[in-house]
Amino acid sequence: MADNLIKIDRVSKTYERGEMQIPVLSELSLDIARGEFLALMGPSGSGKTTLLNLIGGLDKPTSGAITVGSERIDQLSQSALAKWRSRNVGFVFQFYNLLPVLTAQKNVELPLLLTSLSGSERRKRALAALAIVGLSDRAGHRPNELSGGQEQRVAIARAIVSDPTLLVCDEPTGDLDRATADEILDLLRLLNSEHGKTIVMVTHDPKAADHANHSLHLDKGKLVSEDAAA
Amino acid sequence: MNALNQIFAITLMNLRSLPARFGSSMVIVVGIAGVVAVLIALLSMAKGFEATLKGVGDPSRVVVLRGGSTDEMSSGISNQQARLIENKPGVMRSESGSLAAGETYVIADIPKRGNDSPANMPLRGVEAKSFEVRDEVTIVSGRALEFGRYELIAGVKAANQFQGLDVGNHIPLRGVDWEVVGLFSTGGTIHESEAWVDNSLLVANLNRGGGYTSMVVKLESPLDFDQFEQALENDPQLESNPIRETTYYSEQSVQMTSLIETFGYGVGVVMAIGAIFAALNTMYSAVSTRGVEIATLRALGFGPAPVVISVMVEALVLAFIGGAIGAGLAYLFFNGYTASTMGGTFSQVSFDFAVTPELIVRGITWSLLLGLVGGLIPSVSAARTPVTVALRGM
Repeated sequence: MADNLIKIDRVSKTYERGEMQIPVLSELSLDIARGEFLALMGPSGSGKTTLLNLIGGLDKPTSGAITVGSERIDQLSQSALAKWRSRNVGFVFQFYNLLPVLTAQKNVELPLLLTSLSGSERRKRALAALAIVGLSDRAGHRPNELSGGQEQRVAIARAIVSDPTLLVCDEPTGDLDRATADEILDLLRLLNSEHGKTIVMVTHDPKAADHANHSLHLDKGKLVSEDAAA
Repeated sequence: MNALNQIFAITLMNLRSLPARFGSSMVIVVGIAGVVAVLIALLSMAKGFEATLKGVGDPSRVVVLRGGSTDEMSSGISNQQARLIENKPGVMRSESGSLAAGETYVIADIPKRGNDSPANMPLRGVEAKSFEVRDEVTIVSGRALEFGRYELIAGVKAANQFQGLDVGNHIPLRGVDWEVVGLFSTGGTIHESEAWVDNSLLVANLNRGGGYTSMVVKLESPLDFDQFEQALENDPQLESNPIRETTYYSEQSVQMTSLIETFGYGVGVVMAIGAIFAALNTMYSAVSTRGVEIATLRALGFGPAPVVISVMVEALVLAFIGGAIGAGLAYLFFNGYTASTMGGTFSQVSFDFAVTPELIVRGITWSLLLGLVGGLIPSVSAARTPVTVALRGM
């Protein structure tokens, strides 16, 4: 039996818009093994980003249980959830979400501000993370001085700098050309295979999904199929 | 430590991004600077007016009016009453006798400098002893009055305010031609808005048949006031109203000071409401343009409190800058600016706007309150927006 990092048990998520109830996920169950590289696919509105947000602890389910490691994250308060995210999850967003006034190194250091590390230790770790993504020579550059691919590499360095177990990536190549997208996906694959990161990635792009170990397809809030890839 | 680190990091980041948001930040700064400048200017007017009247300060001096009178214009003291008053116990004596002077206070029409509109200048008939009783009077230009001659000395503020009050000039007042022989200072008090002439000549010219409008008396000590007051009350030939000089002038200032203060705060509040909306608008737009940044920080694990505090700090910093600029402008343009208004006796009182450190502190406190209100709502709203919603805000 595989060592599951994430266990999703009959999770439903319904949004309320005024009087209206909008169900997005219904009674979804899923186990994700430690060391997995999983792609979540599906049409717009299928609930894949909602599922990713629940896995990353950005949102809480309306019902059901989500266990990551040994933690029932659906039962955590908002502040406990924030603390949990800072220790266990790295986020990679489609539009990188770097802070424009900070250099690459300072952007990467941000999650470490939530730890008790000294300034010099934070700097050291940020530079190490930038080295992993191949951007040591861009540490002093601001986001507007970097290409899209470089910005996403900085974002990935920020995601791994505090050495989380889990990386959640929301359309990480959605804003990049094919060649750059492939480089980013190769980097994610390296982080999965060499550094043991469990990665859950939402994508529309079947070619991106090919870099993952498995793909899950969602439609109307339910799992509809599973592919083994790569 | 962790929370402080977060607050420090986010605040620093916000402040460093201010140059990129220069235009919208200036809306807060300029709005609040305007409010504070106007508020301080108006309050400095009240402060200056109050200082001018309250500054007439010797608690051992007493203004004696006719019983029932509350100001010199409506008062009258006969020569006989004056002799009785100056001999009451408690009155200080010098080689020249009792330090009590009878004075006559009237108003004279005289055009103001800069425009020809006539205004009411206070004209005071004084005696030689007036200068002993009011020992703060110093001649700053020309010379002192020679009694028995149609001479006039003018307070420095009156000379600035009214046409013709220049040493060497002759000026027609109340039907007589007076020669301006000197200018005097009293250290900034209301008397500097007056012109002084020989009381006996003034009274003769007014056809009043002698007497005064008031007496000003110097007591041995401020503690002798009760004794002096009692003696006046016990004298059946007198019906008088003795008032300490400090009380007399500060009471005259109360009405005008409170009018100016009420007006000042009224205008200040109206402008402040406008500035709050400017601050709210700016902080909302500052927060909304960085909504994704804030959401990203919260996704990474930063708590809502550092987000609220950092936005508040930014609003307070901008408000402080606005407040300091406003206070600086008010100081530059209004401190020492001389204006005049009607005093309690319908005569012109000249006074200097006084931008005191207390007013500057009050103005900057006002600006910080505006920043607090303007920053609180957007920051709380930014912290309460769900992270997943805010992340989609791009």
